[in-house]
Amino acid sequence: MPNPMKIRATVKDGVTEVKILMQHDMETGLRKEADGTLIPAWFITEVKAQYQGRTVMEAQFGQSVSKNPYLLFRFKGGAAGEKVSVSWVDNKGESRTDEATIAA
Amino acid sequence: MRTKQTYKALLLLALSASFAAVAAETAVTDSDRIEQYREMISDGNPAEFDEMRGEELWKKAAGPNKVSLEQCDLGKGAGVVKGAYAELPKFFKDTQQVQDLESRLLTCMTTLQGFTEDEIAAKPFASEKKASDISSLATYVVGQSKGIKMAVSTKHPKVKESYEIGKRIFNYRAGPYDFACSTCHATTGVRIRMQDLPNLSHNKKDAQTAYTTWPAYRVSQGLTRSFQWRLNDCFRQQRFPEPKFASEATVALTTFLAVSANGAEFAGPGLKR
Repeated sequence: MPNPMKIRATVKDGVTEVKILMQHDMETGLRKEADGTLIPAWFITEVKAQYQGRTVMEAQFGQSVSKNPYLLFRFKGGAAGEKVSVSWVDNKGESRTDEATIAA
Repeated sequence: MRTKQTYKALLLLALSASFAAVAAETAVTDSDRIEQYREMISDGNPAEFDEMRGEELWKKAAGPNKVSLEQCDLGKGAGVVKGAYAELPKFFKDTQQVQDLESRLLTCMTTLQGFTEDEIAAKPFASEKKASDISSLATYVVGQSKGIKMAVSTKHPKVKESYEIGKRIFNYRAGPYDFACSTCHATTGVRIRMQDLPNLSHNKKDAQTAYTTWPAYRVSQGLTRSFQWRLNDCFRQQRFPEPKFASEATVALTTFLAVSANGAEFAGPGLKR
């Protein structure tokens, strides 16, 4: 099971700001071990954020994104106490979904 | 005559324009940009994951004795983690030694949990392949001093002695490169590549900023690095023999640097390029 994300969501003047920190190795597939063997590519391919069953952010990630990626986005709406859920899928088919409560 | 004056005016105009351009360019330096970058990702510091891991380890029963570290005395009483790092290194009666955080954790892991010193010292730092328990524990403890003012006391003669030894090590030139910490860290305004080198012995602010932002997550390494690692790597860069983990010498150097940072709010774990 992949490691959890850290998600912080705050609403201000009707706009919710979501900060996501994901735990992932994000291997490019271009790096080699000390003995020369290639480290296979392993990276997040899709990130999706949902609010009240509605997708508010969708992103496609590739090899160029760093290890333990950090993502910030804003969407219109949202109220304190409500939940935002974020999920990602990687190229091995592993996935992780976490939720955060919006703070004022 | 007239044309000469026009030329003069044009020349002046051109000169002032080029000065303005130079001024604008120097206004945003590389270190400013690095600072901007740090600010942008400061609330997304992956060191938090290491803090989480450390907290779990702190509370988990482990070792031959199957106990947690919750009875570990970091200097503020058994189990008190909050603010402990801001007062370390400190003299501990039970060990009769001045100890920094990591050497104290080593004591707790051996006396409470029953690990052997060699077992822990074999894996003192995190690597890409494997996390280090003692390093994660240190990240957790350090995080509990965030926002607390550094207050390392040198009242105890042993701490004072440790400080003096640390200062001497800082200035001690040796090794194949005839290097000392002070070779790079005792002058203001010098840099290596794009990195500003903090003046740790003559500039209070530099010393404070440097100490209060370690341990730190190194973006280029994808790892959270402990303070013992920082010192170990400094010795490596100077081509000194590798210091023993949590040795008296490393603790002394830590005491020197920690005391120099007194008065500043602790801000770690930090984030480095």
